[in-house]
Amino acid sequence: MVTESSSAAAASLGALSTPEIEARVQVDRSSKQVIVLYWGAALFWLTFASIAGIITSIKLHNPGFLGGIEWLTFGRMRAVHWDTAIYGFGGVAASGTLLWLQARLCQVRMPYTKLLIAGGLVFNVGILLGVIGIFMGQSTGVETLEFPLWAMPFLVVPYVFIVIANFTMYFQKKTTHTYVSQWYLMAVTVWFPVLVLSAEACTNLGAVDGVAQAIANWWYGHNVVGLFATPTGIAAAYYLIPKVIGKPIHSYHLSLLGFWANAIFYNWAGTHHLTGGPLPAWTITLGVVGSMMMFIPVITIGINHHMTMVGSFHLLKTSPTLRFAVMGSMMYTFASFQGSLESLRSHQEITHFTHYTIGHVHLGMYGFFAPLMFAMIYYAMPRLMNREWSSARLIRIHFWCTLIGTAIYGGAMCYAGIRQGMMMNDPSVPFLNIVQFTVPYLQLRTLGGVILLAGTVAFLINFVRIVTPHKFTWASPTMLDTDRDWKDILKAEKGAEAAQ
Amino acid sequence: MSKTFLLAFGILLTILSSVTGLVLIPNWQFQSLKPVVKADGRRYPEAYFGDQDKGRGVYIAQGCIYCHTQQVRMKGYGADIRRGWGTRRSVPRDYLEDRPHQLGTMRTGPDLASIGARQPSESWHALHLYNPQLTSPGSVMPRYNYFFDEVKRGQMPPAEAIRLPGNGHGDVTHILPNERGRQLIAYLKRLNQSFPLPEANQ
Repeated sequence: MVTESSSAAAASLGALSTPEIEARVQVDRSSKQVIVLYWGAALFWLTFASIAGIITSIKLHNPGFLGGIEWLTFGRMRAVHWDTAIYGFGGVAASGTLLWLQARLCQVRMPYTKLLIAGGLVFNVGILLGVIGIFMGQSTGVETLEFPLWAMPFLVVPYVFIVIANFTMYFQKKTTHTYVSQWYLMAVTVWFPVLVLSAEACTNLGAVDGVAQAIANWWYGHNVVGLFATPTGIAAAYYLIPKVIGKPIHSYHLSLLGFWANAIFYNWAGTHHLTGGPLPAWTITLGVVGSMMMFIPVITIGINHHMTMVGSFHLLKTSPTLRFAVMGSMMYTFASFQGSLESLRSHQEITHFTHYTIGHVHLGMYGFFAPLMFAMIYYAMPRLMNREWSSARLIRIHFWCTLIGTAIYGGAMCYAGIRQGMMMNDPSVPFLNIVQFTVPYLQLRTLGGVILLAGTVAFLINFVRIVTPHKFTWASPTMLDTDRDWKDILKAEKGAEAAQ
Repeated sequence: MSKTFLLAFGILLTILSSVTGLVLIPNWQFQSLKPVVKADGRRYPEAYFGDQDKGRGVYIAQGCIYCHTQQVRMKGYGADIRRGWGTRRSVPRDYLEDRPHQLGTMRTGPDLASIGARQPSESWHALHLYNPQLTSPGSVMPRYNYFFDEVKRGQMPPAEAIRLPGNGHGDVTHILPNERGRQLIAYLKRLNQSFPLPEANQ
């Protein structure tokens, strides 16, 4: 058991007695199978969603690509891309993170592991069925809730297991205090089931009618990011940043304020997705107010994360976990500021129906949420598997691809979106000219997507290697400033064989 | 223990309050909204039936919503009306029959709230869906050629077949919407918010 940064390792290990370390090993041993299954499945879906996203993207600047095949038409690929990204990658990675973090923070062995493994398998089958349903044309037509209703039990029932496991661990916890990450994890397990069930009831089951259904749709569409992905990401950042640099979080009181402000205001922000739409003005106004109030939690959480980092930036050179975690927390601040401003009516008049929104979503999901999940996996996997990451070079490739890919994607889409919106508001510009204007930026987006996929593949190779048994592992953690690579492993393995 | 319940209860309260405030209260507000009876005795909005209704299902199954909105913003907010996408802004009453709603949030393509008024011609829709380049050169819309039977050069076209402009498309000279093609076109032709609802002028 070693922490990543050598200085932090000395600091944190020095303070711990052997029984405490042994207790952690016990916790990790109990959760190993569950977590590896969840994170492995999440990486599969990330790769799947990335490929689906690239195909979708190519189709938008090259409509003949895989054209004329109904299963692969743009409108289906687009839904498959987002649903596998948010449920397949987001849902499964966040659930793995939630379970591992809760076990670690409660210092208890993971309960019901067989149930959680079965649940994880069923959940993934549910996503697969939902995807097949969309490909077959059985989408419900409600954005973000496209999966046919018959696939939903496969997703809802296993989540109940996760909720039960989470609360069981929390009630058995051996620690006397509750860490800030645990509030967020608790919140996710309460919010997500309520969110999914009420949204399905209000849209696909028809409990509400007409445009109220549209509000229910966007109340959900916004909250599934804000009350599921975001809190898990924040929980991961709150855990990882202090852990790696070996310093406590900047301010307890700020974290309390940030948590409740986030819980109260995020809920109300969703209607800004319908600005200018056929709704009573007050519903939109509530959405704008909720979005603007989000500055409070975003600033407090930002201060807490970034101020904790002050004085420790040099560790970004060496620690893979920290580099991804800091990228995630910084992009959280940036994308949240962007999102709040975006909700304003004057801003929405231009950007509402454009690629700008798509750019923003990717800055949030791939700039903030995904890197924090990556950071979590980079931190926990060596502890779970008791071996080190094989290649520092692959981690570096993964990081730079994630950063550059997100920047190209977000930059191209946000810029193109603003221009697109301004042209759309000028009726003298023919519509097809606007379409043609966006084409080069759509091509740039495909490039961004391919770079992101390249990073994912690098990560996948490292991940497959760390979960499969091998003859050789490094004696110390794999830091970013080493040039550890496959050829060194091959050499070392050969050496080990020769010595035998 | 009691602290944990308080935390969980507070968390639950945040989400229940927002679903009540944003979804249930507006829904309750819309309960009194009814279709209006027009001078000719027909209702607006009318229920979807037959091909229109099935065509709506085709629209949903193809995922048209990801590029097309069905909502016109008010005069002075954006240029929806000046672009000719509608004669007035859309209001909640326009959507009484829409289950699920197809408002959309993206305009890679133009708004379709009143596409039936803008393009009443069946053959325009057929050509556009068969190959968008025929009617809208430079469009990035995919082809929906699987909604059409093709009549090849040398074959005898049925009377209702639609002739492709110019020299045809490869060796295809005429097209004929199949069942789903007819349904989708019936749905698109029905999309029309030009009936002047009084609340749209307020």
